Amino acid sequence: MSIGTVASQAAALAAGNLSSRELTRAALDEIEARDGTLNAFINVCAESAMAAATAADELRAAGRAGPLTGIPIAHKDIFCTRGLATTCGSRMLADFVPPYDATVVSRLADAGVVCVGKTNMDEFAMGSSNETSYFGAVRNPWDPAKSPGGSSGGSAAAVAGGLVAAATGTDTGGSIRQPAALTGITGVKPTYGRVSRFGMIAFASSLDQAGVLTRTAEDAAMLLAVMAGFDPRDSTSADVPVADYPATLGDSLEGRRIGVPTEFFDDGLDDECATLVRAALAELEAAGALLREVSLPNLPLSVPTYYIVAPAEASSNLSRFDGVRFGHRAEAVTELNEMYSLTRQQGFGDEVKRRIMTGTYVLSAGYYDAYYLQAQKVRQLIADDFRKAFAEVDLIAGPTAPTAAFALGDKVDDPVQMYLNDIYTIGANLAGLPGASVPCGFTGGLPVGLQLVGPAFSESLVLNVAHQYQLATDWHERRPAGAD
Amino acid sequence: MALSDDEIKHVAKLARLAVSDAEVPDYVGKLSRIIDLVQQLDAVDTSGVTPMAHPLEMAQRLRADDVTEENCRDAYQASAPDVVDGLYRVPRVIE
Amino acid sequence: MAWETVVGLEIHAQLATQSKIFSGSSTAFGAAPNSQASLIDLGFPGVLPVLNGEVVRLAVRFGLAIGATIASRSVFARKNYFYPDLPKGYQISQYELPIVHTGSVEIPLAEGGSKTVRITRAHLEEDAGKSLHENLTDATGIDLNRAGTPLLEIVSEPDLRSAAEAATYMREIHQLVRYLGICDGNMQEGSFRCDANVSIRPTGEDKLGTRAELKNLNSFRFIEKAINYEVERQIDILEGGGQVVQETRLYDADRDETRPMRSKEEANDYRYFPDPDLLPVEIDDSFINQVRADLPELPAAKRKRFIDEFGLRADDVAALTASRAMADYFESVAQAVGNDPKLAANWVVGELAAALNRDDLEIEASRVAPDALAQLLQRIQDGTVSGKIAKEVFEAMWAGEGSADDIIDKQGLKQITDTGAIEKVVDEILANNAAQVQQYRDGNQKVLGFFVGQVMKATQGKANPQQVNELLRKKLS
Repeated sequence: MSIGTVASQAAALAAGNLSSRELTRAALDEIEARDGTLNAFINVCAESAMAAATAADELRAAGRAGPLTGIPIAHKDIFCTRGLATTCGSRMLADFVPPYDATVVSRLADAGVVCVGKTNMDEFAMGSSNETSYFGAVRNPWDPAKSPGGSSGGSAAAVAGGLVAAATGTDTGGSIRQPAALTGITGVKPTYGRVSRFGMIAFASSLDQAGVLTRTAEDAAMLLAVMAGFDPRDSTSADVPVADYPATLGDSLEGRRIGVPTEFFDDGLDDECATLVRAALAELEAAGALLREVSLPNLPLSVPTYYIVAPAEASSNLSRFDGVRFGHRAEAVTELNEMYSLTRQQGFGDEVKRRIMTGTYVLSAGYYDAYYLQAQKVRQLIADDFRKAFAEVDLIAGPTAPTAAFALGDKVDDPVQMYLNDIYTIGANLAGLPGASVPCGFTGGLPVGLQLVGPAFSESLVLNVAHQYQLATDWHERRPAGAD
Repeated sequence: MALSDDEIKHVAKLARLAVSDAEVPDYVGKLSRIIDLVQQLDAVDTSGVTPMAHPLEMAQRLRADDVTEENCRDAYQASAPDVVDGLYRVPRVIE
Repeated sequence: MAWETVVGLEIHAQLATQSKIFSGSSTAFGAAPNSQASLIDLGFPGVLPVLNGEVVRLAVRFGLAIGATIASRSVFARKNYFYPDLPKGYQISQYELPIVHTGSVEIPLAEGGSKTVRITRAHLEEDAGKSLHENLTDATGIDLNRAGTPLLEIVSEPDLRSAAEAATYMREIHQLVRYLGICDGNMQEGSFRCDANVSIRPTGEDKLGTRAELKNLNSFRFIEKAINYEVERQIDILEGGGQVVQETRLYDADRDETRPMRSKEEANDYRYFPDPDLLPVEIDDSFINQVRADLPELPAAKRKRFIDEFGLRADDVAALTASRAMADYFESVAQAVGNDPKLAANWVVGELAAALNRDDLEIEASRVAPDALAQLLQRIQDGTVSGKIAKEVFEAMWAGEGSADDIIDKQGLKQITDTGAIEKVVDEILANNAAQVQQYRDGNQKVLGFFVGQVMKATQGKANPQQVNELLRKKLS
């Protein structure tokens, strides 16, 4: 059975052609059959999924189904799920079973969505290739030798590989958009504060934002309509009304001003990727949009800025993993500091430790002003660039990543090379803006993504443009071998 | 800028990460490259720029002073490595 | 060489809220270990802090009371360090932008007069948990009930010049926070704690000496003893040619000494940075005005008014204004007895205070209510009972035997003012003590006291002493 899209599943459920049990069973079968290769899942919860599917079918039978009731999806293993192990891709939390649900999880569950399992990810979301996971690398469904990107690589591979129609993700520096691009699917990172961070294990609190990976913009709109909204348990949650995202998908692009930043087409961008992105921009123009060249002069500074701010926040966020109240604890320790340092040495992988070290260093006595404070100022300059650009255009468009999927193992020994993968995506995180990646072509048999970035709280517009693009193209309908 | 072995050890101590002598050179190499990357910011003129701590231009929301939590100790301590009589047990703390 | 002591205090006052600063857990004292520790207090992965609005109000209340600046924008920062009683590996505090800064209080000096102690800042922060060592071999047990309890850290300038001044300042702040109702001041339960930064310098020198930070000064007595000990220790070091080391020292009350804290031996590097989970706290003028309108009369103003309005002595005023409840008690008694505030004051600081002290009660728990005491004092004023009998009546009231009038009535304590009745007793006494009568008439005036005593004895103290005196003088002349 074809997994299809959230919209097609919803239609089949509504028409009574399929039950949630059938859909959920199909997803579980796909995972069973093909996840041995992909390694997209850390945990599959067949039993609770089938129970939730049964409940969804009963709800529907009782005439109380909503648009998402009975749709099976997967959650990135960064979202706490009550009674279901939540590892964050780390040995530190390999056996951690949260006593509560993240807001994203409970909102989707309340809407009748069925969770089939937890997807693999870079450890604590720190990585761009999914190779830092304690549970092993995820493989790209288009080519198992290639990385699916990261850190939401498990979610991306699960959707691209046709195991589920949708999965949640988080995006701190590109962790939804970049894997979406590298696996040929749609990924949306909303405005900072649009989706609650409560229950989402923190990497860098001022940058982290939850979002969704789907096959289409329409599916993303359906899910975000449920995920977005004010949460009193998150002080950084925005008390701003949520627009009806699906309602504006059909709006015409006539007269929409789309800015194309010169900085997005720098030397680091692969030529073929550049050609495909230019072609996608021409497609938008053909649909009525007006292309304008804009400049984000400080954008090239986004990588160094990010690699101060994110590790600094992470070094502090990850201090709670000390072996006292939850998670891994080193055995046979007799002294307190020994317990801390061995627990953390054993529980964290290399990249996480590197970022903790970097963050600790840049915040340490004598360095704060030179690194952290300066980074906060440059962050302001980058945000200002976006503000100025949005005075002239409605949306910004460009490449999501500098290249298509790279081979697993290619960049693991060179953190800086790895970091530069996020060069086009980090800006939106620093400025807190909504962004999306949609598939826009193939190079060497691997998908390439077009990135869209809008002003704060312009999710409707981002989704509308992505949807209009998908109406005009069929890149999002291409499937890797074995996936339907 | 190359970080010294001592700096790596000092930072590891602050971060409570056991780093063996054998691991120090790898940290020196990789962290030095990262610091080189981020030091690009040194050249940026940021005089008069307000530091941006947060993307949201909002004020802190205030909660009502209500007790809303119940005692869930057993459920919360289920994930603890070592508990005795409701206390989290750790190696002896010397004040 | 003459040395000058220089002390600055960091006082931690637990704010009197129902729930914690960033979670909805109860702050009640004495619960079973970890039964009041929510996921937020425990620092579980994924949970987030949300600020309790009441702590902001209470901090502003304090700021206004010390004439400080209330920051229109203050920021929470993380103070990073590892300790088992600190669940997240950082304490949420305020660093560069505290909610309150630049205030002062006036403290009375032992030698008379007063001095101004400048308060640098008062910032909000969360408390840590507790480490328990009892009953555990080579291990420590962590109770996180206290983690996340709201604290106001009140930091003074190094304006204090002796251990006694430091204790006076601590008392002043203690009194103030209780007046304001922002802290219960309970030092046994750790609601009001103090650290002292102590250094010495040659008298006349402007430069500050190297300081030691003394921890665990949790009573007014300890703070004086600890500072005195520390000053002597530093003098010994400097006079012996040594140098004071900047360090954190723990006061050990059992041994009456300070010693270096093992856990603070390593130089700290707290890596403060703004907490990205919390946004700036913004306070506008209308909020400040609202809090200001709600401020009670503060201790200093009350002291001045009691002296000016009631003409009381400074030491009585100090006792009467020790707490707001005590002052309120006094004022309602004074009002009821009208024109004699001194009578009210004498009774409140005298009999009442003694009885409270004897039974170890706070004024709020007094067994005699202000209106009941006022009734008794009115009976003194209208001559129903003498001051001496009134004390007996008071004891009976304290013992719960009824109101002043009931007791006077039931026990027949009403003063004898009937001249005929007193005269009868006087005549009897004079008749039975001819020798003493002779002595008086021979010029020994002191014998009058003997006769008064005899008359009072015969009337069980109920005869009006003034009438007794008058009658005796008349009869003996």
